Amino acid sequence: MATSAIIFYTIAGIMIIFSLLAVTSRRILRAAVYLLFALAGTAALYFMLDYQFLAAVQLIVYAGGIVVLIIFSILLTTHINEKLEKPAWGKVFITATLVLGGLMLTLFVLTNHEFVLGTEPTAEATVSVIGERLLGYQAGGYVLPFEVISILLLAAMIGAIVIAKRNSTKS
Amino acid sequence: MMEHVPIAHVLMVTSTMFFIGAYGFLTRRNLVTMLIGVELMLNAVNINFVIFDRYVYPDQIEGHFFALFIIAIAAAEAAVAIAIFINLYRNIRSIDVEEVDKMKY
Repeated sequence: MATSAIIFYTIAGIMIIFSLLAVTSRRILRAAVYLLFALAGTAALYFMLDYQFLAAVQLIVYAGGIVVLIIFSILLTTHINEKLEKPAWGKVFITATLVLGGLMLTLFVLTNHEFVLGTEPTAEATVSVIGERLLGYQAGGYVLPFEVISILLLAAMIGAIVIAKRNSTKS
Repeated sequence: MMEHVPIAHVLMVTSTMFFIGAYGFLTRRNLVTMLIGVELMLNAVNINFVIFDRYVYPDQIEGHFFALFIIAIAAAEAAVAIAIFINLYRNIRSIDVEEVDKMKY
């Protein structure tokens, strides 16, 4: 077994174990930290695929931004020592059956499908290539979605501030 | 670096992660933990885009850009969702889904 395969299966195991812990842990702050490990495993996977820029974005935005945001909201809305109550048995059973059924179906289709893999030389995803494509307006450029995303981020930022702001007339 | 790993194995990992996120979304009752489930699902889909890009069309980097835009949208979604949770908690002192029915009216 090649070294890269061993590294991949280690990362995959880490990702799956920590995802499971993140959705089953009864301590909510620990769930957020387990999510952080699952997302960091994803960044490691991107590094293995030679997408350094995407891996850096994943670490900064997901692991650095969203997880910190989730931890802050946990600190603002729940007590640290509080344990979540266990979900009802019937609910867990029905959901687990549904989810396992869906997973089995997906895995069945995956194992029976022949993927036609490309044989062309791998494209380089350096930062200069990414920048030119993101701001390019010729065929294959992404300047329109780039601008739309910036409007969306601005709208989300204003919306978040307006929603979370304390209502001054009430207090 | 991934020549020795077949594409089906990577896709098995991502689909397992997706359904784990779905399980968390359906069983949890606290809104923040439900958001964690949604983030797991988004992340699994993101990996799928990158994997198909690298294995099936290695001469192009379109999946890379899809993943970048999905990450940006996920960040916006998480920010708005958490602002709503904080406002809800301030008004009804709870972020349990069973008690959040005030937004209906």
